[in-house]
Amino acid sequence: MNTVDILFYLLSAFAIVSATMVLISKNPIHSVLWLILVFFAISGHYILLNAQFLAIVNIIVYAGAIMVLFLFVIMLMNIKKDAEPQKQLLVKLTGVIAGGSLLTLLIAVVKQTAQIQNKQVLLKEGTIGLIHPLGKALFSDYVIPFEISSVLFLSAMVGAVIIGKK
Amino acid sequence: MGRHLTQTILIKHNYISMTILAFDWGLVIEKLILIAVVVFGSLGIALYTTFGERKVAAILQDRPGPNRAGPFGLLQPLADGLKLIMKEEIIPTAANKWLFILGPGLAMTASLMTCAVIPWGSDIELFGRKMALQIADINIGVLYVFAVVSMGVYGIMIGGWASNNKFSLMSSLRAASQAISYELAMGLALIALLMTSESLSLKTIVEQQVKGNWWNIVYQPLGFLLFFIAALAECNRTPFDLPEAENELNFGYHQEYSSMKLGFYLFAEYVNMIMSSAIMASMYFGGYDLPFFDESTVAPNIAAMIGVGTLLIKIVLFIFVFMWIRWTIPRFRYDQLMNLGWKTMIPLALFNLLITGALILANL
Repeated sequence: MNTVDILFYLLSAFAIVSATMVLISKNPIHSVLWLILVFFAISGHYILLNAQFLAIVNIIVYAGAIMVLFLFVIMLMNIKKDAEPQKQLLVKLTGVIAGGSLLTLLIAVVKQTAQIQNKQVLLKEGTIGLIHPLGKALFSDYVIPFEISSVLFLSAMVGAVIIGKK
Repeated sequence: MGRHLTQTILIKHNYISMTILAFDWGLVIEKLILIAVVVFGSLGIALYTTFGERKVAAILQDRPGPNRAGPFGLLQPLADGLKLIMKEEIIPTAANKWLFILGPGLAMTASLMTCAVIPWGSDIELFGRKMALQIADINIGVLYVFAVVSMGVYGIMIGGWASNNKFSLMSSLRAASQAISYELAMGLALIALLMTSESLSLKTIVEQQVKGNWWNIVYQPLGFLLFFIAALAECNRTPFDLPEAENELNFGYHQEYSSMKLGFYLFAEYVNMIMSSAIMASMYFGGYDLPFFDESTVAPNIAAMIGVGTLLIKIVLFIFVFMWIRWTIPRFRYDQLMNLGWKTMIPLALFNLLITGALILANL
């Protein structure tokens, strides 16, 4: 076990515990706060892979902006734990089975993917996650998908403004 | 079997101790000392910033201000701190206890975390080691500051919600929407600066200004103005202190707080002011660069000390401007605040971006 391994296991345990807490917390505000911790743990994993840009953008966008809006809505709606509607047992069971099958499927797909078999993860080194190589790659090799996604964002923004104006 | 196991454990033990020894412990100790100095230093400055605020207010309003505790009232912040600590801690019965305690802690932590990427001076040499006066020179420094700023709003939101008070909740929602709105303008103003400096590391940005002829303010006057206004809004300072608008919200998000938990909230605002002043000084005003002075003519350690002093003076000047604005301009109305943020600052920042891009293309 070297330092990276120890950090990996610590972060993973942190992520899994927080993710479980998101599910089992009765109070929706607590769930959101645990979800923020999950994002931090994932950012930690990105840093282990030396993807600094991805790590910090994950915090800025997800933990910093999107989760604030989640918190905003939940606080305004003032959801109390008693007022939460109780679902029927059948619905709950269906959810568990559907979620479980999805998980199994995802794990199977990831395990079978030829691209990642017998490949070593680049830890601590690897420069593609740093801003200079990443920017070069985005604006040369992947420029068309990058621009298309920015158009998508622009249209979403225009849509949000129009809805807000109503 | 038993011996084999002991051997394995021994090998493992050796391996772990090797891993621990393989660490550069000097670096760890050096950084720990630096963190302690920076954190306690900022807290100390923040303590006296509260005193400075009251004195500046007094001067602007033509009255003596605090002058009873110690010479010139210099012991006033200590007396205030003692008062806050001695007061009774009250946690309202209907409050969410854990989050109520977490709120002020989070506000304080987030405001102190910014100091990790600020370069306080050039390298110094101690005991044969070259020591950087910066806790972490990461190549995403500017983005790190941004991330920490966006974390700061959680302290206010959680505290305001956990108080279980309508006014606190409204105030914390205001704080959050204000912070998110002005973060956009702040980010856009920053992008223009990053286009000219071509680096996200604060150390590199400062070094460019030390070596170059001009500070970044010369290249980015509009960008700096926008950044400064956004920083005022992010620190919840007047004229953007709507989260604590007394006439509408009683006392704002910290209404239910007492004792040192209230102190943490009030204090975090001052730490935020110091940190944003340091960031603005580093990005637009040359950081630790003393103008008209060639640092290479003196010994490196002395040059570093001069640099730290210069940066501190710049920080104090910025804080003074913050206070000057606070005691001069009245508070905005909420719709004015949103209009300014979305309809004036963001278009101006985009315009600035366009001009900067055009000038870079034209090689000016």
